[in-house]
Formats: sequence, C-alpha cells, structure tokens
Amino acid sequence: MMSDPFKQIRGLGARGIEFVWRGGAMARFFVLVLLQSGMSFRRLGLTIREIYFAGVMSLVIIMVSGLFIGMVLGLQGFETLQKYGAEETMGVLVALSLVRELGPVVTALLFASRAGSAITAEIGLMKATEQLKAMDMMAVDPVARVVAPRFWAGVVSMPLLAAMFSAMGIFGGYIVAVVLVGIDAGVFWSNMQSAVSFNHDVLGGIIKSIVFGIAVSIIATFEGFDADPTAEGVSRATTRTVVTSALTVLALDLMLTGFMINMK
Amino acid sequence: MLPNSSPPTDDACANVVKIDNVDFAYGKRSILKGISLDVPRGKVVAIMGGSGCGKTTLLRLIGGQLVPSAGKLLVNGQNVADLDRDGLYAMRRKMSMLFQFGALFTDMTVFDNVAFQLREHTDLPEDMIRDLVLMKLNAVGLRGTAGLFPSELSGGMARRVALARAVALDPEVIMYDEPFAGLDPISLAVVGNTIRRLNDALGATSIVVTHDVVESLQIVDYLYFISDGCIVGHGTPDEIRASQEPYIKQFVHAELDGPVPFHYPAPPYSDELGLSRRVGT
Repeated sequence: MMSDPFKQIRGLGARGIEFVWRGGAMARFFVLVLLQSGMSFRRLGLTIREIYFAGVMSLVIIMVSGLFIGMVLGLQGFETLQKYGAEETMGVLVALSLVRELGPVVTALLFASRAGSAITAEIGLMKATEQLKAMDMMAVDPVARVVAPRFWAGVVSMPLLAAMFSAMGIFGGYIVAVVLVGIDAGVFWSNMQSAVSFNHDVLGGIIKSIVFGIAVSIIATFEGFDADPTAEGVSRATTRTVVTSALTVLALDLMLTGFMINMK
Repeated sequence: MLPNSSPPTDDACANVVKIDNVDFAYGKRSILKGISLDVPRGKVVAIMGGSGCGKTTLLRLIGGQLVPSAGKLLVNGQNVADLDRDGLYAMRRKMSMLFQFGALFTDMTVFDNVAFQLREHTDLPEDMIRDLVLMKLNAVGLRGTAGLFPSELSGGMARRVALARAVALDPEVIMYDEPFAGLDPISLAVVGNTIRRLNDALGATSIVVTHDVVESLQIVDYLYFISDGCIVGHGTPDEIRASQEPYIKQFVHAELDGPVPFHYPAPPYSDELGLSRRVGT
C-alpha cells in the first residue's frame, strides 16, 4: 500500500488546530472560573483548605530547594567574583538572582510539579469516578465548588512560596559567604540592602510570582477538568500540566522581564 | 402491548416525566431514536436493555446533563431543553441520581457525603443536619459507618450510602443508574428492597435503569425495554413475565440467541480463515 505523502503535513495541521483550540478552551475556562469565584470568597474555609494542600504541603520542597540553590549561587558567585576581588558583593548577587528571577521561576516550576500535578490528578479522578457529574446533578456547580477554590489557593500560595524560597536562598547564600568563605556579615547584609530596590526588584518578583500562580493554577485545573475520564487520560493530563506549566512559566518570564527592564 | 405507546394514566399531570419522540446522537452515532415513555408519579419504573442500548443516556437527558436532538422531554411539565442554568439547578434540587458506582466524594467521610446537599442548599443548623444525616443513614442500615471514608466501604455499602445521600433532600424523582451492578446476592436484595421502601416512604417517583431482570421484576411497578435506541416493549412485571415478544422473551429468560444475535456482525467465518480458498484449490 502506498503511504500518504501528505499524512505528516496533515498531522502537523491537526496538532496546530488542537493547540489553538486548547488555548481558546482554556481562556474560556479561565473566564468561567473568575465568574464562579464568589463561593471561594464567601466560604473562605474551602479556599483555606486548598491553600493548606497546595501551599503548606509544598513548603518542604520549596524551602529545601531554596536553601540548596542559594548555597550553590553563593559558591558559584564566590568562584567568579573573587577573580575580580569583588567577593564582598556576593550578597547582592545572591539576593538579586533570587528575588528577580530564580525565586518566582523555580518556585513556579516546583509548584507545578508538586501541587499542580496533584490538583490535575485529583480533579481528573473526580471526573473519572463521576463525582463531578454527581455534584452537578445535586445542583452544585463543580467549577464553583471544586475548581475555583483550588485556583485561588494556587494564586495566593505562589507569591508566599516564592518569598519563602527567596528567603531560604538568601540564608543559603549567607551560610556560604559568611560562615564558609568568611565575608563579614555586616558587609554581606549592607551591600544587599543598598543594591536591592523594593520597587524594581522585590515588587517585580512579586508580580511575576502572581502571574505564574495564575498561569499554573489555571493550567492545572483546566487539564484536570478536561481530562479523559480514564486512568490513561488522567495520567496524560497530569503530564500535560507539568510540561505546559513549565513552558508557559518560562515564556511569561521572558515577556515580563522584557517589560520590567524597559520600564526602569 | 405496543412498542412506543404509553402506559395508561388518568391524567397527563400524573406523569412526573413525559418523554415524547426523543432522538439523541453522539456526533453521527445515533443512540436514541424516537423514544416515547411516561413515568407516573409515585411509581417505580424500570428501563431495561442490554449494555450500550442508551439507558444511561436517557437518564442524563432527564437530568438535563444532555440535550435531545429532537423531541420533547418534560419533567413536572417543564421542557428540560428550555431551562437555563438556574432553571436546571432549581429542577435538579427536586431530583437526585444514584450513579453506577455511587460516585461518593472520596475526600469526605460517609457523614459529610450525606450532609453535602443539606449544607449546600439549606441553612439548617449543624445539630439538625447531624440528626437528619443519621436518620438517612439509619434508613439504609449504615448509621454505624458515619465516620468511615468511602474507601473503607464494600461496593454494596457504598451504593447504600449513595442512596442515603440521594434522598437527603427528600427528592420528588430519584434516578438509579445500574444500582444492582456488581453486587453480591445479599447486597443486591438489600439495595432493591431499600429502593422500593424509600420510594414508598418518601412518596417519590423512581426510575431504575438496569439489566437485572430478576430483581427488577420484584420491586418495580412498570418496565420499559430499550433495544437499538427504540422502545421494543413495556408492561407491568406480570405482563413482562408472560410476554411472547421475541426481544423481551430473550432478555427475561437469558436466551443465547434471538433478536439480539450472539455474533457481532462480521465477514463470513470461512472467508476470514481462508477455508473457502483452500477448498477451491
């Protein structure tokens, strides 16, 4: 049998259509979640419970990762800065790297892997076991009752986790710079204080982490809600959450960094 | 008994659900073709048929989770397809559905599952909710499981808890999707008996989608048979037992061959095995 010469081109087109369709469906889902968010604020207990599962339960991985990344930054920074006799600015290097970039970005990637995948799997399994349909038949909107609290929990948790990540990273940098290398603690902190601007650096990091929180949370909830109601479907949706979140976070980071540098 | 005719009722208002010439298709695949049936108030009505014949789809249409492509589907005189989201939710507060495997919320205890609708739709104080939940659980014989999670229950127990949850708000219409599937004989009898008892105690109307002939004939008031998207017969349990309609006879007596063939359509067996060619050579 002759193979179809246009099969691959058609496949490419189909994937393109699928990509655009999913983007549109996700945007529509985002608007729906915003419209159905009233219950998340009226019954704060629902959202706080999800903040516990998505945020508090992610603290260990975020804090440990922050500590290690801060220490590595300190070591790498010392290695390079000492060539120019500028090792006293290690605090500045560590703080700026973490607050501007690594804090929001790495936290978002870890959050997508730890909490985002769990949210997708949970909602996907609720769909596969007809729990969402049952809720809908009980005249309770699953988007308002299940999706919106998880979405807002992610949005609230992300900046707080990013702050914890950066704080632990700076502490890691401090251990390397002050305890191991022997830089004066006063110089370490005062250089950092004078070089890090709240408006440009800290606020920029907070804005980034909020945007990443919205992106990861909507991707995680959408993928769960849209998952095929089978074991394989939930597994694929969970994988898609992690991959799509990671790529989206990195693309958004590039865009936001561009805006922020131009606004200076 | 004539296919696609309705059981005798004194008054059209006596029917909680009235389905009139309804069609439904998933894409190009036609599932229901011109179905008409009535569900009289206060009765337990079974909808029977083989797997994949469109029974569950019919329940979803009654609950407004799917919209018919043609025909009218009235619940309490309201056309379900005309209802907006609020109207649909108002209708659903008066009905409930028991899903095939219970669909209990796995992150909640049995108590919280049964209390779910009471907490969502009423402002009752927590101590009153507690009493109501324990009453419902007692009605299905599972008051002692209030503190357990669904994963700690057997299949039959989960089905009974789902039944308690389904009747938490004393609904007018209760729909059951394969309530007997996968149950041992004791659980099956308990669930069947509970469906009948709860229907009579609550003055509700029940629609039971099932393919369990023996249990259904014992507890229901009227039965409809669906095959290939059409109603092929209906009647009271006694009429069904005595029926000579080929499909009903095959279904009720579990005969291997009949209108529902044993073999799925396929090319001739000898052609597929290449026997005719070998004989020819």
